[in-house]
Amino acid sequence: MSPRISPEQVRHVANLARLSITDSEASQLAEELGVILEHAEDVAALDLSDIEPTAHPIHLTNVLRDDAPRPSLDRDEVLAAAPATEDRRFRVPRIMGETQ
Amino acid sequence: MTGAKTAVETAAAVRSGDRSARSVVEEALAAISSREEELHACNEVMADSARARAGAIDAAVAHGEDPGPLAGVPIALKDNLCVQGELTTCSSKILEGWRPPYTATVVERLLAAGAIPIAKTNLDEFAMGSSTENSAFGPTRNPHDMTRVPGGSSGGSAAAVSAGYVPLALGSDTGGSIRQPAAFCGVVGVKPTYGRVSRYGLIAFASSLDQIGPFATTVDDAALLLETIWGPDQMDSTSIPSQPDPIGAGSDVSGLRIGIIEELTDLEGIAPEVRASVERAASGLEGSGAHIERVSIPSCAYGLSAYYLIAPAEASSNLARYDGVRYGLRVDGADVAEMNAKTRAAGFGAEVKRRIMLGTYALSAGYYDAYYGQAQKVRTLIIGDFAQAYERFDVLLSPTAPTEAFKIGAKTADPLAMYMSDICTIPTNLAGHAAMSVPFGTGAEGLPIGVQVLAPALGESVMFTVARAVEGLR
Repeated sequence: MSPRISPEQVRHVANLARLSITDSEASQLAEELGVILEHAEDVAALDLSDIEPTAHPIHLTNVLRDDAPRPSLDRDEVLAAAPATEDRRFRVPRIMGETQ
Repeated sequence: MTGAKTAVETAAAVRSGDRSARSVVEEALAAISSREEELHACNEVMADSARARAGAIDAAVAHGEDPGPLAGVPIALKDNLCVQGELTTCSSKILEGWRPPYTATVVERLLAAGAIPIAKTNLDEFAMGSSTENSAFGPTRNPHDMTRVPGGSSGGSAAAVSAGYVPLALGSDTGGSIRQPAAFCGVVGVKPTYGRVSRYGLIAFASSLDQIGPFATTVDDAALLLETIWGPDQMDSTSIPSQPDPIGAGSDVSGLRIGIIEELTDLEGIAPEVRASVERAASGLEGSGAHIERVSIPSCAYGLSAYYLIAPAEASSNLARYDGVRYGLRVDGADVAEMNAKTRAAGFGAEVKRRIMLGTYALSAGYYDAYYGQAQKVRTLIIGDFAQAYERFDVLLSPTAPTEAFKIGAKTADPLAMYMSDICTIPTNLAGHAAMSVPFGTGAEGLPIGVQVLAPALGESVMFTVARAVEGLR
């Protein structure tokens, strides 16, 4: 069986998924995803051009709560669970380069 | 199980003052102590809060108040259900040590009914798996045979009920994660209609498929638990707005039309003893006055493939929130993107990574139509085929799982073989319908087998009637 997905594609998808992977993980994932996708060929090969897709099993309509004030989560309690905070906010590493 | 009482019996005894909730809780804690080292069904035992709640219930009874229909009944919660201030891990390193700032609606309703949450149970990481071997904290073992898996992903909840720790537990079912472990552990497990039980406070895996449901030792106990947790909830916009009708206590199947699903029963890979159990249950029901026929639901054959595109796609989106910023693990990096990627690499286990990768691939440019789009169309076919079948039948029957519980380690090296153990349960999730597993018969190795009773959306009442009748045939 020829793998349907190459280690290069795996690295691209891992980047999209914000997942750092090693070279050996990339090779292993290429093989494992290839097997799973080959099994999914039965679905990919069906002619379903006149069938509507179903995104959700029940008919959904927009449900809105009353626009009334009510307590929200406690800010200090929420921040206490964060890995890093500063000035009662989430602290993260640099997002943009030093010269913007 | 040392003469374990059902939830119905325990609640009645506590409400009438014949038994103290304290003694019920101490008995449950003793049962956990006696077997937990070998089973590892629990991630956390909440002994202090359980004892405090039991004391409050006993005080209420002493004051002539009624603590509710589940008064003093200890219950185990799958560790993907949020309880404010209690460790909630999803059996993942990425959430190790996290304590939620809010409580799931189902847990609020349990507390209001007098139930006593006593443990958070082990699961496959983020509910992705069929054996509870994908837990970051080690596998749970099957109480019937220590060398075998309890099924998954709600394996800890199934094992906790099966081992007699508690009469009731909650799990979540995305592709069979309540029903399959219920079958493997010889207990009752229910996947309610999608939208019938609020998902608020259930940590999301695949949002269009996830549904919370009961584990119990009897069909009546499962009904009592479901009636406690279900119904509309403002906090879940996919919650069905109508009030549910009571399930009822019926077991009369005379005149009911029951179909055996050919595609899930005659399938290659279904153990002969499993097929025989379904047929024996069917002929028993026929003896009680039901009409039995075989029925074909052709698109069921594509359920597994469609599920393993849709569920990972939704998971890849839902699990984007574990980014090292607001809660859980963080591994530092030079910039935000590197911190995100290193955190996720360190925090997620192999199966979760595999599903995130599969889902991201299935949703990525150039592959969306071929995989995710096709899978959504198969979902339409499955819903249509079930609708046709339910014009002729009140409920359907099939195996819950293809085999009895397999050995620990037997399928960990082959993801696809592991996925196959969900083949009989997945179509119900894709359709959004209800289904439950009732223990019936044993396999070649002497382990429990489950028969699956399937019903259309909102068909819980007739589903429980048939389940009770199957239970009565044992």
